Amino acid sequence: MIKNISNLGDAALYCDFGKEVNKEINSKVIRYFKSIQKENIDGINNLTPSYNKLIVSFNLRKINFQMVKRKIENLNIINDDKFETNKIQIPVCCDENFSLDIKRLEEILKINRDKIYEKFFGKEFFCYMTGFIAGMPFLGDLENELHAKRLETPRVKVPKGSVGLTEQFANIYTFESPGGWNIIGNTPLNIFDSSKEKKPNLINPGDTIIFERITENQYQNYNE
Amino acid sequence: MSKNYFKILRAGINSTFQDDGRNNLYHIGIPFSGAMDNRNFLLVNKLVGNKLKNPVIEFAYQGPLLKYSGEKINIAITGDVNFTIKRNNNLLNGICYQAYTLEHGDELDIISTNKSVYGYLAVGGEFDIKYQWSSCSVNTKANIGANDGKKLETNQRVNILKINKDLGIKKLDYLNTKIENIRVIKGTNFDYFSENGKKTFFEKEFFVSKLSDRMGMRLEGPKIENIVNTNIKSEGLIKGVIQVPADGNPIIMLSDHGTIGGYPKIGVVISADYDKLVQLTPGSKIKFEEIELSNAETLFKLYDLETQNLISQIR
Repeated sequence: MIKNISNLGDAALYCDFGKEVNKEINSKVIRYFKSIQKENIDGINNLTPSYNKLIVSFNLRKINFQMVKRKIENLNIINDDKFETNKIQIPVCCDENFSLDIKRLEEILKINRDKIYEKFFGKEFFCYMTGFIAGMPFLGDLENELHAKRLETPRVKVPKGSVGLTEQFANIYTFESPGGWNIIGNTPLNIFDSSKEKKPNLINPGDTIIFERITENQYQNYNE
Repeated sequence: MSKNYFKILRAGINSTFQDDGRNNLYHIGIPFSGAMDNRNFLLVNKLVGNKLKNPVIEFAYQGPLLKYSGEKINIAITGDVNFTIKRNNNLLNGICYQAYTLEHGDELDIISTNKSVYGYLAVGGEFDIKYQWSSCSVNTKANIGANDGKKLETNQRVNILKINKDLGIKKLDYLNTKIENIRVIKGTNFDYFSENGKKTFFEKEFFVSKLSDRMGMRLEGPKIENIVNTNIKSEGLIKGVIQVPADGNPIIMLSDHGTIGGYPKIGVVISADYDKLVQLTPGSKIKFEEIELSNAETLFKLYDLETQNLISQIR
């Protein structure tokens, strides 16, 4: 299922699952990720699944590229239905203070904001990966009519909880961070909680997400 | 409240608690972190009789000025660092790679690093700090680790839980050396760059930009020409990866890097050169040299042996 395995530097393995970005390929990546994680191989110190790649980094004091490659090639891959995924609703407020780029999107996409929200809310999204900053989920797929490029000049500070769009994906800024995605709203939910060491992430790869629109009043009174 | 503590009279530029970093969290977006210069981190602990991976204070350029209160304690500093110890009205110029015993009322002034970026301060004992995911390493971006994930601040207090009983003075005869040539294994997107671009990368000089920190080192120099695409579908990163964004200027991922990135990877710095790379100050010259994987593995073994050897020389 892995198309090609190569080395990324001297302390990581680069597993290539293909060029396309879709649920099927990503599900394979996640399956490999979970399978390797389950094996608990001594010397492997990090796994980074993404849309269609999986990076396995290791401790060069304990293990090397050839050894890790052999282990990955001979791995037992667990079935899809063996790993747990969740369906999660994410409340989002699109009040003007929060939807920082809605005007820009109306211009680029040439549809009005009601249409944008109609195509965004209530639809099922799939979590492809989490990362860049702690806990940030990359969710897809947006309908073609909502595909927009990222801001030419990224914001220095995107507020915590911001929900952004870029190309076929949506994401959520888990804390204040620089960023260039088109912001359409904000969630009062805490998506990443570092005090929960076992499960800091609300959203994990493979999960299904549905965004639900809330009013500003509901946002202000939101209780987790 | 602990009776042994430092009062921070000046925090310095980027003073944080670090240890050997945290593993197995890339997939949720949390980088490795840990001391940037791993060898100097291990040596400083050994000099004060600690376990090698004990948390220490890492500083960049200018370190903290600390006033000590409590029982006698050993400290040591590694790197290439100017520092003084003031006792009553006597000022002593400190030497790196040598332990000193601090007494109640002493002031330790870590003035500056000398033509390098990072230095390390260890105390013979244990700081009273919080661990997250079995590491105290501070990641200021996600506010993870000791000190609420923040840099040290002026006027705060750093408590010491435990002091090592052995106050013998250990030292090591060691001089940090500098390198200009950074050895690199070709990256997974090497073929995104034109023949000219590849030549530029391996033959021309680059300079470390001021816009460098624990997350990444930006370089300036001739532009590296891309002929395929200046973006890739976002994928994982590791420390040492050299990405080239649309402007053609390389960025090297360092210990606090974002875990996912969307720029083509032209190369990866070999593990054996990482400690020396991070010590290059803004304006320093860098030349990249291509190397094969098997040679990189051998060089790492040599680097590791040399480190072990230095550790065993400390008595």
